[in-house]
Parts: sequence; C-alpha cells; structure tokens
Amino acid sequence: MRLRTPLSEEDVRSLKVGDKVALDGVLYTGRDEMHIRALEYAKEGRKLPIDLSGGALYHCGPIVKKDGSKWRVIAAGPTTSGRMDSMEPEFIRHFGVRAIIGKGGMSQATVDAMKEHGCVYLAFTGGAAVLAAERVTDVKGVEWLDLGMPEAMWALEVEEFGPLIVAMDANGDSLYKRVDEEVAGNLPRVRKMIGI
Amino acid sequence: MPSTKLIEDVTVDLLRVATTSLPDDVLGALREAERDETSEVARTQLRTILKNVEAAERLALPMCQDTGMPIFFVKGRCLTNLEEGVRRGVERATSEVPLRPNAVHPIDRRNPGNNLGKRVPIIHYDFSEDDFTQLTVMPKGAGSENMSALAMLTPSQGIKGIKRLVLDTVVRAGGKPCPPVIVGVGIGGSADLAMVLAKQALLRPLHIGNQDPKLAAFESEMKQALNLTGIGPMGLGGKTTVLGVRVEEAYTHTASLPVAICMQCWAARRASARIAIDGTIQYSREGFW
Repeated sequence: MRLRTPLSEEDVRSLKVGDKVALDGVLYTGRDEMHIRALEYAKEGRKLPIDLSGGALYHCGPIVKKDGSKWRVIAAGPTTSGRMDSMEPEFIRHFGVRAIIGKGGMSQATVDAMKEHGCVYLAFTGGAAVLAAERVTDVKGVEWLDLGMPEAMWALEVEEFGPLIVAMDANGDSLYKRVDEEVAGNLPRVRKMIGI
Repeated sequence: MPSTKLIEDVTVDLLRVATTSLPDDVLGALREAERDETSEVARTQLRTILKNVEAAERLALPMCQDTGMPIFFVKGRCLTNLEEGVRRGVERATSEVPLRPNAVHPIDRRNPGNNLGKRVPIIHYDFSEDDFTQLTVMPKGAGSENMSALAMLTPSQGIKGIKRLVLDTVVRAGGKPCPPVIVGVGIGGSADLAMVLAKQALLRPLHIGNQDPKLAAFESEMKQALNLTGIGPMGLGGKTTVLGVRVEEAYTHTASLPVAICMQCWAARRASARIAIDGTIQYSREGFW
C-alpha cells in the first residue's frame, strides 16, 4: 500500500498491525536532541521552524554530504525509537504527527497516545541505510544543524519509502506487544532447555 | 618503523572496508537465516538487510548510517606513532568514506564533527613480541552498545547465573539492538576486563568456537536457546534472534564472578590489517585466526 504525506487521520486509522506500506512525500528526521528542543519550544509557546501536523516523523540520524550548495543523503536507516519513549506521547499531542518511522518499537504510553490522537508507528529495518538513502529524492532543507548532523531536523523528500511494517496502529494494537506475549509464553520451555 | 602516514592510510582503508561490507561468516549466517525463516514479516526484514548489504558493497557506501564509535584493537609489536596515525585516519575517513560524526562530549553533547575527542578513538592494546602490528577496527553502533550489561554474580550462581543473565539481557533488549544479534559474553577477570572481553569476543568469526570445549558447548547451547525465544529479526517475531553467542574468559578473584554482555547488531562490521616491520600490509575482513 502506498501512502502520501501529509497524512489524514482517516489514512492512519485504516491501517492495521502487520500491513506493509511505503510512503511518498516528505519525512522529517528527529532524534533525542530534536525532541528535547521541540518540546522546549512548545513549553515556551514558540512555533517550530517546520509545521509537523499530518507529517511523518522519522527516527533517523542520517549521513548527509554537501556537494556545492546541495545536500545529498548517503545513508539514512532508522535509529532505536525507544530512546524517545519518555518524550513521544507529548510530541504526538503537541505537533500532530500522523506517522512515526523507526525501529525497535515504543512504550505503551506511546501506543495510547497514538490511539488517542490518530498516529501509527511504521517499523523499518534497522541498518537498511543504503536502501533508505536510495529512496530519498531530495533534501528539502535542514533545521537546527547546530545540534550536529545526526541530531538535526532534516526534511527528506522520498519516493516509495519502505518496506514499512505497521507495528503499532492507531487502534491500540502493537506487534511488539504480541511478540512480547509470545516470548513470555516461550520462556518456560527455553529456561527448561538450559536447566535454569 | 612504519610511518604515521602509512598507519593513517591503513586506518582509512580498514574503516572503509568495515563500514561498507560484511565479513563472510556474518553474511553467510544472515543468508542462512533468510532461508530458514517462515514468517513473512521476519523474511521481509532479512531480505531487506541482505539487499541493503549488497547495495552498500556495490556503491561503496556505509551499510548503516550509524557508522559507530571508532573502536580499535591493537595486537603485536608496539608502534609509538600508532595512536597519531589512527587519529588522523579516523578524521580523514569521516570525511572521505564518509562516516557519521558520532563522537560528542558526554554532558554538553557538543559534536566536533570529526569523530575525535578525549579518549576517542577508543584503542585497546595487547602488545606481544610478534614482528607485526595487527590493527582491527570494530565500528560499534549505539543501538546494540546501549543494551550492554554487567553483573557481579556470586561464585555460587555459577553457570546457571550466567545463562540467566544472558537470556534476561537478550529478552529485555528485544528489537532494540537490531537483531539478529551476536552476543558477546565476557566471563571472569574484573568488572573492567569482563566488559572488554565481551567486546573482544565479537571479533571471533561465527564458525570458530571458544577454545575450551565446555565454553564452546555453552556458546552453541545458548545460541539454540535464544533462537527459541521468538524475538526474531528486528524484534518483530521469528526464529532468528541471534547469529551466534561468543564467550571470552579470564581467571577471576575467588570471591567474584563478573559477567559482561556486549551485543552486536546484525551489521557486525570488522576488519583487520597486519603491518609488518618493513611496511608490507595484509588485510582481512575476518581477522587472522
């Protein structure tokens, strides 16, 4: 399934855990430092340099190279989303992002915020940085470069960005939760096998 | 003595090779995993990984944007200009390969942009009287490094305690360290040595077991057990949670049992070079075993 940004609430509410999607449009990168600063702005009532409503937030710290005056993405796989767990529910509430792309999944509080505000978590394969970069057609801009290359907010134009797996949907379902339950079910047998 | 420029060049070559291609043992294990997986989600992850590795090698680009912390292991003959050569090589590779500038001040998070800083690159030395100097690089990503663990077990907890720690650490990490991972386990020594051993264990190719048959059996048993947890590639479920378990051990205090765990994401990048006294160089992605 192909989806184009900006995403509507209807777009994301229709997605279910396990669906395979690809995105077209613009992704905004954001990691630890970007989240910290964006939430500071929100607290101070300041506007972000980019309007993120309906947008796709990408947990990614890319390698970007400047050729003359033009930025070019070299590698851009996802980073571990769990690091942003403590900030994401507030981030979703404040800025109205409709999709978060990352790896490793996020906490129950984030699943709840996604359900409440209409947002999905799309898992991309960790480390698939060259395939990701190949889907970036243009670097539309960069903000907060003073945070350093990985932590800055990059606006990346993408075409058929994926394969992405809907891993946490806007109806409160989470593939990670399902896997956790399965793992918990497997553990007694594993423990027995190794004699602990 | 090999010149500082030569060491710089070798460092750049090692970082380029390590970040753009995988050692054969790791690639083989990933291909095998892709064949064995039955769930569609798990196979999609492994297929994406394999396609990505193929593209990285073809385009000579870093397979992962997290080109890691520059960590080096030095063995053999001492070279007094080694550190300077490695520093220059890291700085040049950062702009040439390019690598992501990852090294920042731990508190104010200032990024100098060249992967250099106080005590970075990280270099571990193990000097000997060999007539060569072996330089190995392990670009270590943060996703897996952040899942490291250290436990000072009591001697009575023994092998069962070690198994429990390994299992709990892998389960707690779930999809965060980019599974399928390689689990490095450092057993014994002191707290600091156990941690270094856990990392060093990751340098040993997957087809070579620990020299101690009992520890080699532990490696296989734990690999099999961890792959029955169901965590799977990227923590999305499946049969392949680990590509291997690697143990390195040291004698320890009679009252202690330090156990350290260091995880390595599927992008188990490493490359080694042997620099002879006359400056001739031999390279290997798998290392010299």
